[in-house]
Amino acid sequence: MSPENSHTPAQAALLPALHAMQDRHGYIPTQAIAQLAKDHNVSRAEVLGVIGFYHDFRLEPPGRTRLRICRAESCQAVGGERLAEHAVERLGLDWGATSTDGRYTLEAAYCLGNCACSPAITLDGTLYGRVDPERLDALLAEKDET
Amino acid sequence: MMPITLYIPGDAAVSSVGAAAVLAAVLTEAERLDLSLTVVRNGSRGLYWLEPLVEIDVDGVRVAYGPVTPADVPGLFAAGWLRGGAHPLRLGPTAEIPYLQGQTRLVFERVGVTDPLALADYRSHGGLAGLKKALTLPAEAIIAEVEASGLRGRGGAGFPTGIKWRTVHAAGAGQKYIVCNADEGDSGTFSDRMLMEGDPYCLIEGMIIAGLAVGADTGYIYLRSEYPDAWAVLDRAVAAARHEGLLGADILGSGRRFELHLFKGAGAYVCGEETSLLESIEGKRGLVRAKPPLPALQGLFGRPTVVNNVVTLASVPWILAHGGDAYASHGVGRSKGTLPFQLAGNLKHPGLVEVPFGITLRELLYGYGGGSASGRPLRAVQVGGPLGAYVPVERFDLPLDYEAFAAAGASVGHGGIVAFDDTVDMARMARYAMHFCAEESCGKCTPCRIGSQRGVELLDGMLAQRAERGNTAALLRDLCQTMLEGSLCALGGMTPYPVLSALDHYPEDFGLVSEYEERTE
Repeated sequence: MSPENSHTPAQAALLPALHAMQDRHGYIPTQAIAQLAKDHNVSRAEVLGVIGFYHDFRLEPPGRTRLRICRAESCQAVGGERLAEHAVERLGLDWGATSTDGRYTLEAAYCLGNCACSPAITLDGTLYGRVDPERLDALLAEKDET
Repeated sequence: MMPITLYIPGDAAVSSVGAAAVLAAVLTEAERLDLSLTVVRNGSRGLYWLEPLVEIDVDGVRVAYGPVTPADVPGLFAAGWLRGGAHPLRLGPTAEIPYLQGQTRLVFERVGVTDPLALADYRSHGGLAGLKKALTLPAEAIIAEVEASGLRGRGGAGFPTGIKWRTVHAAGAGQKYIVCNADEGDSGTFSDRMLMEGDPYCLIEGMIIAGLAVGADTGYIYLRSEYPDAWAVLDRAVAAARHEGLLGADILGSGRRFELHLFKGAGAYVCGEETSLLESIEGKRGLVRAKPPLPALQGLFGRPTVVNNVVTLASVPWILAHGGDAYASHGVGRSKGTLPFQLAGNLKHPGLVEVPFGITLRELLYGYGGGSASGRPLRAVQVGGPLGAYVPVERFDLPLDYEAFAAAGASVGHGGIVAFDDTVDMARMARYAMHFCAEESCGKCTPCRIGSQRGVELLDGMLAQRAERGNTAALLRDLCQTMLEGSLCALGGMTPYPVLSALDHYPEDFGLVSEYEERTE
């Protein structure tokens, strides 16, 4: 996105720049902060403040497989918490954590907009609905094979 | 022989339950049988328990089969589904499915029907009629039409759209903006997503009309990052609209201008609050702004700005095409028109139900929703997202309109309805509400930032220590009052709704005896 309007200050392009960087590297490398600050006419502290505010942005690389499980109300109403507990147990990870071998990152999501097909997850960005522990195991096993 | 047309939804939720595999199976089988097929990736009809729902055009009538799995596909071909043949999955003509037949689809008239990205489809199904009308009218008359429709903000606040537009219109000359709030973060809601994926030009058309009405030549769609499919569709739709002269310096040859940008959120629930959203587009932390000044006067980059939800803006083309009075002829009281309700959670038939305001929860939950999916009795429904109150079974006859819900201490919100059966622990749901607020608070105001944290602690205490529950409940109510009255925005200001409604209607889950039991003991 390129706001071509004279009213838009340089800072307005910061979130798109962070998204682009994270799409490229999987995270925001710390050494990129100074340049981001310069490009968008803000301080380094402000760039870090923005990164820290939004759940999407991360300063550490994620695991090779990223599992997000929806823990919001609609999914809770049809066994979402059972699925969430199963994932925690199976991967041996806390919410937001990456396994030491860099294989998995487990994250909580608060609504993926798939509430009519709850419980919902995303696996490496792909959305799945009507997921129970068995289906999650099968999906993870498929990932392991590739 | 003309190729037969099949419709296999490309909607994200349908993909999540296997649409791509069904498509692959269909293509494989067609090749094996040497049949030539045209496959349209339509939006979803919103009958999600039947997804993937495949439709076949049989002599101009669309016949539905669902839910289809890849394993069903060879059998469906063998049963002659291309000619509408009998099969256990055959649902009959789509338009005659009772779930759809009872609805009044105005905003969603094309969703699931057309090819979302085909502008020719859009035009031939009534698209652009509203914009063409608007281009012949002075700005005042467009606003008057929206005022006559009685349209109110569908994002949750229910503020009259016409009044908001009039304020921005009257805010003098110079740069103004139209911002579409597509940060649909409430659990149990998916109507914005369905519309953006299933009929993106409708939103674009609504935004152009808003621009004409208030004198804005630039728009932004702030889309949550959790919706990559909607992003992909909108990105292509905006490019096509630009190419076809719908967007740009000369809208449909009128000499009028409107440019549109997509902006991706970054996973902050609070950015669904309009001032936080504006901060976010400006490249900052999504801290809520104090109001006044209203965004209508000092919004994006300090300029007068219309911030409207997706469904609000997508209602505008219909209103302009058919007239404000036609829209206002639906609904009840001051809740005019229709609302696309979203049935979610523990229901047999979850999906999208666009009906006029005034329908009761009971009709939605049992008539459309078919009761619980688990087969157990329903016990609570949360209406209006994570900041909405829990409504108990005794109140299922409450009509869905803004005023009736407000009077009952609840809110219609964005029309999301999440049902729970009798296995739900309402003390845990109350704790979840506080926890969610603590996670998502922007941190600017104390009642929300600290209050939600204290709320989690109080509820943890209640869940663990039975003895002190009475006192803790009094403290929790007091805390809720502070959050209600002292928070800067709806996140802290409405989190007490689910908490207090759980306490009021399900005291037994908190280890408290209900007032009724106290009186009779």
